[in-house]
Amino acid sequence: MDPFVVHTGVVVPLDRPNVDTDAIIPKQYLKSIKRTGFGPTLFDDWRYNEPGEPGMDHSKRQLNSAFVLNLPRYNHASILLGRENFGCGSSREHAVWALTDYGIRSVIAPSFADIFFNNSFKNGLLPIALDSAVIEQLFRETEAQQGYQLTVDLPNQQVVTPSGQTFDFKVDEFRKYCLVNGLDDIGLTLRHADEIRAYEARRQQQAPWLF
Amino acid sequence: MVAAKTLYDKVWDAHVVRQEADGTCLLYIDRQLVHEVTSPQAFEGLKLANRQPWRTSSMLAVPDHNIPTKDLAKGITDPISRLQVETLHDNCREFGVTEFNIGDPRQGIVHVMGPEQGATLPGMTVVCGDSHTSTHGAFGALAHGIGTSEVEHVMATQCLIQKKMKNMLISVDGKVGAGVTAKDIVLAIIGEIGTAGGTGYAIEFGGDAIRALSMEGRMTVCNMAIEAGARAGMIAVDETTIQYVKGRPYSPKGDHWEKAVAAWQDLHSDADAQFDRVVRLDAASIKPQVTWGTSPEMVLPVDGMIPDPAQESDPVKAGAIRAALQYMGLQANTPITSVQVDKVFIGSCTNSRIEDLRAAAAVAKGKKLASNIKLALVVPGSGLVKQQAEQEGLDKIFIEAGFEWREPGCSMCLAMNDDRLEAGERCASTSNRNFEGRQGQGGRTHLVSPAMAAAAAITGHFVDARSL
Ligand code: SF4
Repeated sequence: MDPFVVHTGVVVPLDRPNVDTDAIIPKQYLKSIKRTGFGPTLFDDWRYNEPGEPGMDHSKRQLNSAFVLNLPRYNHASILLGRENFGCGSSREHAVWALTDYGIRSVIAPSFADIFFNNSFKNGLLPIALDSAVIEQLFRETEAQQGYQLTVDLPNQQVVTPSGQTFDFKVDEFRKYCLVNGLDDIGLTLRHADEIRAYEARRQQQAPWLF
Repeated sequence: MVAAKTLYDKVWDAHVVRQEADGTCLLYIDRQLVHEVTSPQAFEGLKLANRQPWRTSSMLAVPDHNIPTKDLAKGITDPISRLQVETLHDNCREFGVTEFNIGDPRQGIVHVMGPEQGATLPGMTVVCGDSHTSTHGAFGALAHGIGTSEVEHVMATQCLIQKKMKNMLISVDGKVGAGVTAKDIVLAIIGEIGTAGGTGYAIEFGGDAIRALSMEGRMTVCNMAIEAGARAGMIAVDETTIQYVKGRPYSPKGDHWEKAVAAWQDLHSDADAQFDRVVRLDAASIKPQVTWGTSPEMVLPVDGMIPDPAQESDPVKAGAIRAALQYMGLQANTPITSVQVDKVFIGSCTNSRIEDLRAAAAVAKGKKLASNIKLALVVPGSGLVKQQAEQEGLDKIFIEAGFEWREPGCSMCLAMNDDRLEAGERCASTSNRNFEGRQGQGGRTHLVSPAMAAAAAITGHFVDARSL
C-alpha cells in the first residue's frame, strides 16, 4: 500500500447525499478478478452518455459533459468533496479501487458509510469527516475558485485551505500508523499469531461445536 | 456485580483476542462465507504473499451473483462471469475450501445457504465480503459485511481488526396487523431512522412484533439493517431460533447440541442493559410499504402520496427528492397506487425463502399477470428452497399465473447476469436496494414485500395486497 502523509490536490465537488457504491462502480465491472483498472469506469452511469460494459475501450466513449468530474476545471482532481453518507450500499471494495485508480487520494464529506470507510484505509484512500458547516464552506470555495486546492496533512490531522485556514479531523491511531507507514495489516496481525492460537484453544474448550 | 450487557456486547466480548490502547481489537471470526465477486483478489493476495488460510473449516463458499437463472445446462455464456465463477472454484480446490457449486442443490444466495445449512449459529461472528451479511444476525450472531482486503485478512488470520460499534435498540412494540410482513416492518424502520440512521451502530431489533416473527422474517429484517446504515443487525435467541437451527447439516449434534443450547440461553440483552440510542415503533401503525425513490429511506405506506420537494425545507434533501423524482419518472403528490409497473422480481437474499414464495403464491393463486407486465420472475434463494417450493406446488401456481420460475441466484437483485431492467422500466422488487441503475442502467426499482410484488404483478400497479 502507498503511504499517505501530506497531500495537496485539486478538489472536485460532488454535490449529492447518499452517493452509493453502485453509483461509484456499477455492478458489471465487479466481474473483474483484478484490483486494478477500475478508474475509467468510476461513476460510469453518470460519467458517460451511453451504458458501459467491461472490455470496452472507455477512452472512446462519449462523456457526459454535464457531470462534474468531466468539467475541464476539475481535471486531475485528487480530492473528492462529498455530502452525507458517502459510500453507502454494498461492501464492494471495487468502489475504493475505482476512486484510487482514478487518482483520488482523499474523500472529504460530513459522514461516511461504515464499510466504505473501512475499505478506504486498506487502500491508502483517506476518508475525512468534517462538520456539515465546514463542508458547506468548502463547497462554496471550491465552486467559486477555479483550481481550488486543499492540503491534507495526516500526521497533524488537518485540512488546510488555500487561505491557510485549518480544520482538524479525527482518525484512529492504528489506522493513521498503518496509512502513514503504508503497512500491510495482515503482517501486523500475524505478529500476534500466538495470542490467536491461545484464544482458539480456550474457545474450543468453551464452545467445541464451533470448531 | 457484573455490568449489564447488550446482546452485541456479549458476542463482541466473547470474541476479543486482544485490545490496543485506542480500543482497536482483534476480533476472532467463527465463520467466513465466500462468493465469487469479492474473493478473487483476496485469494490472489494470499498467493502473492505465500500465505495459507488460517482455518479452512471456518469457510464455506458458493457462487451466486453471476449465476444465470435459466438454461443452466448451457453453462455461463458471458466469458467474464464464467471466469469469475471458475476462479472461485479453482481457489476453493487449491485451498481446500468447501464449495457448493452450480448443480448442487445446496447452491444458492450465500445468505440463504448459510442459515439453511446451519452454518450460521447463535453467538457466532460471521463475515462475508457482502454487505447483506447482516442477515445472519437474526440468529443472535454478530454478522457483517467486509471488503475484500478484510476478506483476505480473515482468511489469513481468522481475525478482523475492529473497533466496537455503538449499541442501538429498535423496538417494534405491539402486534402488526394481518398481512403486514417483516419486509414492511423493516422498510418502515428505515423510513423512520433514514439510511444513515444506523451508521456506527450495531442494531438490535426487539419488541413483541420482532419476537413474533419466524426466523425467515427475522432474516428479512436483519438483512436490511445495512440499508439503515448499520453493518450489523441482531435479534436475541429464543425458542424459535433454536428450533430452526436444530438438525441442520452444520448444526451441533448430540452432546455438543445440549451444550450449545445451554450456552445460547444467554444470548439476549440483559434487562437493564444500556443502549446508546433507542427507537420505538408502534407495530399496529405499520402498513404495507412501497419505496418511491432511489434510496430505501424514500418509502411510503401503500396509501401514501409521492412527496413534493417544495414541502421540504432542507435544501440538500429537497434536491435529493427532485433528483429521485426525475430519475424515477414520477410526479409529486400522486398516490403510489396509481403507479404502473413493467416488471416484477420476487427473489434476493431479502425475500427468496420458502415463506416468501408461499406468501407471493397465495396472492397469485388462480390469477393472471396484468397485461402491462412484460416479465415477472420468481427466483428461489437456493436449490433447496426451489425443491421445497416444487414439492408444495408453488411453481405451478406461479407458472399458471404467467410468472417465470427460475434457477436460484442473485438474479435481478443486482443484474450481474442477464436478468435486468432496460432503461426506463419500472419494477416491483422484493430485493433490498433501489439505487439508480441497481437492476440495470436507467431501471426504476420499487422495493416491496413478496405479497405486494405479486399483487402488483396481478393488477399491473401498486396496490394493497390485503385488498385482493
Ligand atoms: S441477493 Fe442481492 S443483495 Fe443479496 S447477496 Fe445477492 S446481490 Fe447481494
